[in-house]
Amino acid sequence: MVELTLPKNSQVTAGKVWPKPASAKTLTEFRIYRWNPDDGRNPRIDTYYVDREDCGPMVLDGLIYIKNKIDPTLTFRRSCREGVCGSCAMNIGGTNTLACTKGMDEVLVKGAVNIYPLPHLPVVKDLVPDLTNFYAQHASIEPWLQTDTAPPEKEWRQSKEDREKLDGLYECILCACCSTSCPSYWWNGDRYLGPAALLQATRWLKDSRDERAGTRLDYLEDPFRLYRCHTIMNCAQACPKSLNPAKAIAEIKKMMVERQI
Amino acid sequence: MSSSGHTPMRTPLGRVRGLGSAHSGTEHFFLQRVTALANLLLMIAFVGIVICLAGSTYEHARSVIGNPLVAVVLLLTLLSVSIHMRLGMQVVIEDYVHTEGTKVLLIIANTFFTTAIALAGAFAIIKISVGG
Repeated sequence: MVELTLPKNSQVTAGKVWPKPASAKTLTEFRIYRWNPDDGRNPRIDTYYVDREDCGPMVLDGLIYIKNKIDPTLTFRRSCREGVCGSCAMNIGGTNTLACTKGMDEVLVKGAVNIYPLPHLPVVKDLVPDLTNFYAQHASIEPWLQTDTAPPEKEWRQSKEDREKLDGLYECILCACCSTSCPSYWWNGDRYLGPAALLQATRWLKDSRDERAGTRLDYLEDPFRLYRCHTIMNCAQACPKSLNPAKAIAEIKKMMVERQI
Repeated sequence: MSSSGHTPMRTPLGRVRGLGSAHSGTEHFFLQRVTALANLLLMIAFVGIVICLAGSTYEHARSVIGNPLVAVVLLLTLLSVSIHMRLGMQVVIEDYVHTEGTKVLLIIANTFFTTAIALAGAFAIIKISVGG
């Protein structure tokens, strides 16, 4: 059955309150989920204070400030710091989003920035979740151009109109904010492919150059892989790139019906 | 995530591919929408019939349901609602029950239950409609 409560060793406890930076005038409180696989302790919430005059405005700036100046053991992923790489996806103020494109002041709850790892994934350490299954699901939809016709001398040609059909699909950065915000993915993430992989599946199904739409649909036609989507729409709400995976999934369902009647 | 952790030696892609596609689900999805639409139309007629019969005598109710059109509308409503209920309940079971044995048992019980109440209801309608 679905587990609605956390197992005993995953229950979150109160953590350490780190000292405020000396002589700071404007402070923002950060409450961050900490878990270390090596110390045998339960997860805890540590409290930090960020000096806003010594730090950029984004949540990621705050995290980097903490790591550099307060607690070097705080662990999180980050790379591009401008919403392109998808590394710093985490649950901030109750919503899955990118720490680099979310302003601290946009997410204050009772004056604090609350940060947890992406929900319902195994945690590697602190804010770093294990995305192995997520990436394997993406690989399983074979996200590359597939053709049987011999390749042309130059490139596969595509009209401007057909290229436009990929808008809203190709921009996905695989940050996993959508899939991990989806209750259906929480309960059946081992069999349901989730919004991110299905959005990518739609991207290749709609590519006028691809010749394997039928095979792609065959792979997806399954009560769990595709039809666990119940149009909850959390995915569209969470997506930091403002994409709409729910709509993309609806397009796949439409194609499934279309090829039958 | 439920069972993926039990086979650590398997590759992630092997786990995701699992037993492969069931090549089904579309019919279930489509029929659920079709019966939803049918329910919408039939329920309007059904509620109308119930309002007309509210407070009337058993004899009057029998004569109204004796009308073939009324009886057929009631039977269609029962059929459409039962199919819709079975499909919907199956989705709920698949969503929340992850123990294979329990899941199969519940899905079978779901079919038995809806078939039984649909047939019992149909028998009642037919009996009132044409019975002596």
